[in-house]
Amino acid sequence: MSDMNWQPRIVAFFCSWCTYTAADLAGVSRFRYAPNVRIIRLMCSGRIDPQFVLCALADGADGVLIGGCHPGDCHYAEGNFKTFRRYRMILRLLADMGVAGDRVRLEWISASEGERVKTVINEMVERIRALGPLDIPGRFAACDSEILESADAIRLPQCKETHDVVPEVVHG
Amino acid sequence: MSNDESIRTGFYVCHCGHNISDVVDCTAVARYASTLAGVMVSRDYKYMCSSPGQELIRQDILEHKLNRVVVASCSPLLHEHTFRNAVAAGGLNPFLFQMVNIREHDAWVHADRAAATAKAQALVSAAIRRVALHKPLQATRAPIHPDVLVVGGGIAGIHAALTLANAGKKVYLVERQPSIGGHMAQFDKTFPTLDCAACILTPKMSAVRSHKNIVLWTYSEVAKVDGYVGNYTVTVRRKARYVDENLCVGCQECIDACVFKVPKFPDPFNLGMSMQKPIYIPFPQAVPQAAVIDPDRCIQLKTGKCKKTCVEACADRKAINLNQKEQLLEIKVGSIITATGFKLFDAKRLPEYGYGRYPDVMTTIELERLVSSSGPTGGELRLRSGKPPTAVGFILCVGSRDMRTNRWCSRTCCMHSMKLAQIVRERTGAQVTVFYIDIRAPGKGYEEFYDRSLQQGVQFVRGRVAEVSDCALSPDEAGKLVIRVEDTLAGFVRRVPLDLVVLAVGMEPQADAQEMRRILNMSCSAEGWFLEKHPKMAPVSTFTDGVFIAGCCQGPKDIPDSIAQAGAAAAEALALIDAGGIDQEPNTAYIRGEECSGCKSCISLCPYAAISFDAEKQKAVINPALCKGCGTCVASCPSGSIGQNLFEDQEVFEEINGVLDYV
Repeated sequence: MSDMNWQPRIVAFFCSWCTYTAADLAGVSRFRYAPNVRIIRLMCSGRIDPQFVLCALADGADGVLIGGCHPGDCHYAEGNFKTFRRYRMILRLLADMGVAGDRVRLEWISASEGERVKTVINEMVERIRALGPLDIPGRFAACDSEILESADAIRLPQCKETHDVVPEVVHG
Repeated sequence: MSNDESIRTGFYVCHCGHNISDVVDCTAVARYASTLAGVMVSRDYKYMCSSPGQELIRQDILEHKLNRVVVASCSPLLHEHTFRNAVAAGGLNPFLFQMVNIREHDAWVHADRAAATAKAQALVSAAIRRVALHKPLQATRAPIHPDVLVVGGGIAGIHAALTLANAGKKVYLVERQPSIGGHMAQFDKTFPTLDCAACILTPKMSAVRSHKNIVLWTYSEVAKVDGYVGNYTVTVRRKARYVDENLCVGCQECIDACVFKVPKFPDPFNLGMSMQKPIYIPFPQAVPQAAVIDPDRCIQLKTGKCKKTCVEACADRKAINLNQKEQLLEIKVGSIITATGFKLFDAKRLPEYGYGRYPDVMTTIELERLVSSSGPTGGELRLRSGKPPTAVGFILCVGSRDMRTNRWCSRTCCMHSMKLAQIVRERTGAQVTVFYIDIRAPGKGYEEFYDRSLQQGVQFVRGRVAEVSDCALSPDEAGKLVIRVEDTLAGFVRRVPLDLVVLAVGMEPQADAQEMRRILNMSCSAEGWFLEKHPKMAPVSTFTDGVFIAGCCQGPKDIPDSIAQAGAAAAEALALIDAGGIDQEPNTAYIRGEECSGCKSCISLCPYAAISFDAEKQKAVINPALCKGCGTCVASCPSGSIGQNLFEDQEVFEEINGVLDYV
């Protein structure tokens, strides 16, 4: 990946009632912010399966932003508390995998906080820009070719003729 | 993608006039979409939400045998419903549709055309991938309970309650004060007609009391609201009044008989300018016309050692019940109108105006009580020294249009002050000066009212007052209050000696507006006013279906606007009731029975107790009637055996893949 043209890619999961509405308000108020964040609407931040975050990172996102209602204001009473619990777990998981915790951010943004959407998105883009590309698909590819090469190195002296039998590399 | 049919998607990108097309290259987006899997038709059009736009979708569904539709335009919160209907008009299940927000989330927030177009393309790719997985769904119809709760008994709440009751609906009107009437009951006259406020308000108040369809609960508060549109369970806390309002006739004999011979407690209705006893009737026209006892002041209730002369005076009526306890009542309603009003700005927050320090600096509402014939002085305007005023000044925008306090315009203070200025001139002949930033008189007959103020000799000085002081610099300032102000039209700093200064205090959200918002699951604007669903198209609806707002709880407004909104809110509630039912978003969760391992981890997560455990089959079961569709259980199921309609895991995964499509 050429670093010159690299732009942070961020996937956002916003709950429909607070943060998604706030992002609509940011639009209505014509607050300008960085175009690097792509928003996916869910009914509640409690719907965010940790797999969504991992899938986004594995598919090439450099960061993930999660937005929900303020504690106590959840449209579904307590979904955002579950989100918070899961968020802590995701951070631990990412730390174990060597991914900087800064890449995943949870923010409580109420429907009236259009300006906060702008601020959070701009901050997030700057933070990811400072961290640089995560590029998990690229790392997978690099890892694959490394394995292939070492497989070749191991196999060559033993079975010179069965070169076409390459161990299958599973990823994703 | 499903195997049993080939996906035939129609894609439409809306220019929204110039709103989207100025920033997003709509033609490029349409061209891009046409290259994506399953897309049979890809068009851009000026206004997709217009009837020709919707017709385009309908025609294409028929002509090209489309089985999926994606529209990229504004927020789904605005027009998802419109396009689902258009899809249904083409004979397709309305849920085989996905909307892409490229206005609020793209064109309106970005300036770089290339970046905004790339973002639009990624969002479109996500929707086109996702919609292929959509299944036909059926919206469930929830019945609507015909009763309505109106919270707040000011003019807005009263009007809403009467409108609904006259239409034959049962209304519960809950007011936290001992009487309905709200702020309007404190006014002497109303602008611009200068008709007596009581004469237009009190007939409505008594109509509320006597209406067979209205249950009036004063001195009561909404404690809890459960349920959803059409089916709310509301708990109302009825505070102990210690007087049975159905037995009390308002004869006031108990008040005369009270052991406190002289009233000695400040009367909130007259803002402490008159006194009341521990047993009192809030004001002469109060509805219900029933006494109330203040438990913090009544000797019997505080110490249990009183002669109870009030009970004696009430004699056979037996209206006084000192053992009354607070009650919690539960009611079922289908919709709720919130008309909880405002509070006035506390003028002490601007110490430079001397409120609370100089006795002759007062607020507009205090002056209102002083000029009212039912007020503490019987309508006679006197300075605290007892003399009539000769020079009166009004300071406008106190706690409004001010970066230090509240930035908004309170909308009524210009007219309110001019009304009082005219009354003061008429009653006392005093010289009246209004210090203003801008005179805002935009209503019907309001500009004419401003002209009339000028004709009556009210002086206007343009400039925000710097301070009010009693520091005399010349003999004619001695013993007076002096206003220092930059006259921005004349271009110099004036010192104006006055003997009465009136502060036109602005409106603020109620102190407990946030609590109310939580109870009703509404949103507030950053200032704290209740947020309407759409500022123009849905001004009395909220984001919670079945909850409507009216009057000043939504933002400052005058009496005609409050009444208009109350009528609108009542009409919205009526429309809901008379529709007989409401379609609910079919976004409920369900268990894939064969996959469920019976671990029960989802059961405790559901805030609605919609999940139960089938002990025989050892599987969890979701009751779709109770499920609200948050999806918390779906995200937590360890075996992935809970699905959610409209938000299936695979659908979200496709969306994630799509938004990461960088072209």
